Amino acid sequence: MLGYLIRRILAAIPVMGVVALFVFLLLRLTPGDPAAIIAGDNATPEQLMRIRISLGLNEPLYVQFITWIGQLLRGDLGVSLISGVPVLRMIGQRIEPTIAVALSTIVVSILVAVPLGVIAAWKRGTWIDRGVMGLSVIGFSVPVFVIGYVLIQVFAIDLRWLPVQGFRSLSRGLVPFAERLVLPTLALSFIYVALIARMTRAAMLDVLDEDYVRTARAKGIGETGVLLRHALRNAAVPVITVIGTGFALLISGVVVTESVFNLPGIGRLTVDAVLARDYPVIQAMILLTSGIYVAINLLIDLAYTLLDPRIRY
Amino acid sequence: MSDIVLDIDNLVVTLGKEADSDRVIDGVSLQVREGETLCLVGESGSGKSVTSLTVMGLQQKGALVPVSGSARLVGEELLTASDKRLRQLRATRMAMIFQEPMTALNPVVPVGRQIDEVLRAHTNLDAGTRQQRILAMMEHVRLPDVTRIFKSYPHQLSGGQRQRIMIAMALVLEPKLLIADEPTTALDVTTQKQILALIRDLQRDHGTAVLFITHDMGVVAEIADRVAVMRYGRIVETGPLDDVLRAPTMEYTRNLLSSVPSLVPRAPRPESTEPIVLETSALGKVYRERSFVGKAREVAAAKDVTLTLRKGRTLGIVGESGSGKSTVARCIVRLIDPTTGSVRLVGREISGLSRTALQPHRKRIQIVFQDPYRSLNPRVTVGESIAEGPINYGVPRNEALKRAGELLELVDLPADAISRYPHQFSGGQRQRIAIARALALDPDVLVADEAVSALDVSVQAQVLDLFDEIQARLGIALLFITHDLRVAAQICDDVVVMQHGRVVEQGPAAAVLTDPQQAYTKQLLDAAPGRHWDFANFRPVDSSPGVGAV
Repeated sequence: MLGYLIRRILAAIPVMGVVALFVFLLLRLTPGDPAAIIAGDNATPEQLMRIRISLGLNEPLYVQFITWIGQLLRGDLGVSLISGVPVLRMIGQRIEPTIAVALSTIVVSILVAVPLGVIAAWKRGTWIDRGVMGLSVIGFSVPVFVIGYVLIQVFAIDLRWLPVQGFRSLSRGLVPFAERLVLPTLALSFIYVALIARMTRAAMLDVLDEDYVRTARAKGIGETGVLLRHALRNAAVPVITVIGTGFALLISGVVVTESVFNLPGIGRLTVDAVLARDYPVIQAMILLTSGIYVAINLLIDLAYTLLDPRIRY
Repeated sequence: MSDIVLDIDNLVVTLGKEADSDRVIDGVSLQVREGETLCLVGESGSGKSVTSLTVMGLQQKGALVPVSGSARLVGEELLTASDKRLRQLRATRMAMIFQEPMTALNPVVPVGRQIDEVLRAHTNLDAGTRQQRILAMMEHVRLPDVTRIFKSYPHQLSGGQRQRIMIAMALVLEPKLLIADEPTTALDVTTQKQILALIRDLQRDHGTAVLFITHDMGVVAEIADRVAVMRYGRIVETGPLDDVLRAPTMEYTRNLLSSVPSLVPRAPRPESTEPIVLETSALGKVYRERSFVGKAREVAAAKDVTLTLRKGRTLGIVGESGSGKSTVARCIVRLIDPTTGSVRLVGREISGLSRTALQPHRKRIQIVFQDPYRSLNPRVTVGESIAEGPINYGVPRNEALKRAGELLELVDLPADAISRYPHQFSGGQRQRIAIARALALDPDVLVADEAVSALDVSVQAQVLDLFDEIQARLGIALLFITHDLRVAAQICDDVVVMQHGRVVEQGPAAAVLTDPQQAYTKQLLDAAPGRHWDFANFRPVDSSPGVGAV
């Protein structure tokens, strides 16, 4: 197991290397003078010169790459062209809301969706099954911003139960942190509940026809034991896959939610950077997102080996 | 008379709840007594499994509905029992083991814990006592190294070991009734023999009543005290083993018994001087499992296989699962590439040919697979399936379809079969289609890879006759891969016995199967169920007393 872990981490290095190369070339191979692109239309010749030197654009391409990689490895992601703040610090300031919303969304989605999927499969063909599947179609089809604004209208404006928008760091107390997290989490959860519930139902249906489920019943075990111990564990592999990729998508795709609920997360950081052509920030965000994907895929594969003893690498 | 454990009286099970629904079980009555084994025999679809699942309350709810009759377990009515009561009875009073020990065990839970679940569900024993009891039970079913196996997962055990686990699980609480649904069908003969002996011994020690479901008359002869023959959801005939085997009263039973191929090889045909059409020498196939780090693992699936087949003759390759017989067949047909050795097809070396160079030779050798339900494309009409090969070789479409019609006639299927789809045919008919498809290219060699193993005996007998007839008419050479020595005895001129990828013994079928020289061949023959019984002639072999019927 440990050997596998080490091998997988080693295998991630070339993946990240290719991403880094791509990110590097993104800027250098753009037609025209990168410095001019970065500096924008109204730059003075002095500004252009400064940018060229700071990017090392006078050096050959491979030297630039090595220098850049060296900086990356030292944790130096460069400095924002707009604010002049180191990119790493910017991300550090903005990552908490994003991670918080993503984690709470995935946890809530699993807690709601997995039982729904299991029950729908168990009661296949009944009105319970049809109800769950009908709700999941709604969950899929209503956009996050619609759900978001409806939730704000009802719970924040009409009922005044929760704050309308914003984010408060966990370090400033659990309650203010949590109450600002509720609505974005709910809004984002809809689609993930729909997705995970459907996947769970489909996987459970496959498994419920298996011989070992019949064996479990023949042993005189209660239905709960049959469903959870025998069926769900065998159905878990595809469900875990969906949850994992869903989580990765969450982190990279929370832009809309962050906008609706005015959360200062990395989604908006990215959008702002793209609009302002703040290349160092864009590069860092691409690297970060890829890193998250690689890490989550590794976690998914590790989860497989824990769930199914037949899977050995 | 000992006590009746299971008493099924006039049971009717319908497909769906409506009053006019089809009756899957149509008035079945049977009794199983303490310490007795009742064999429920029948071909697929006869309703024997539905009967047993209904007793356990495990039939598909909503789809299969017991509408009348009764099923009593030691006097207690099961059909009207609540779900809760049924759960209590399962494993404590009645237990069941199934056909596929691989799929019947949960793949992600260690087997010891799966047995433990039974004890946790039905007893209040503490963990230590439970474990002791499980280990004792595992020893009782003659599992080796029980502490290791206790912690093993199903995929780490052999088929026989898995079935022993199932038996341990079923019997750990000493139920009165054991229902065994084809428990040895998926196992090799030598393993089957051990499992049958185990069930018989456990039954003797504990006085368990056993309802044993099987389609295999050989197994019946080995294990039954009494036999009930089922067909179309009804009991056709029932009686003590000896009576049913010696003097069946019903036509259907007679036909069923007559269809069982005899272990005594058919009269040998004269030596052939026809040209050799297929020849392999020192054929081998090694699978390498590459690993990212560490050493590559090598498995020799076949090694040093040398055989010859003449025009118009039938060569059998027999062996248990994992013996390499299918690997050899697939190497010969070049579905997989042999690692070493040569394959000469009609004088032409084909083992080293590239895919493209091989193309003109493919039509000279064709293959029929085991499972007719999966070897035909369900979305293509039968005619198109048969004509596809010739069309690939440039025969005009109309001509190929016309020929397909003729071939369907040759395999005794109606001419209108050509425009129908595979799902509209029974298993036996589909296998005929698969044979017609293989014949469409006028091959010199036809390879049949367990081609009759998935068929009921009566259908099996017909398909074997068809192979014979085709060979007589077309002079084709047959390479017949089978695990069933009875089938081999009836169709092969020569046999090759394989074990662990190597040829153990080869020679004329009449010699090898009556006077085997190698220990392994002897062991195989000895394990063949019902070897002492000549079913087709309703008498024991060599007129010795019916050994299976003790």
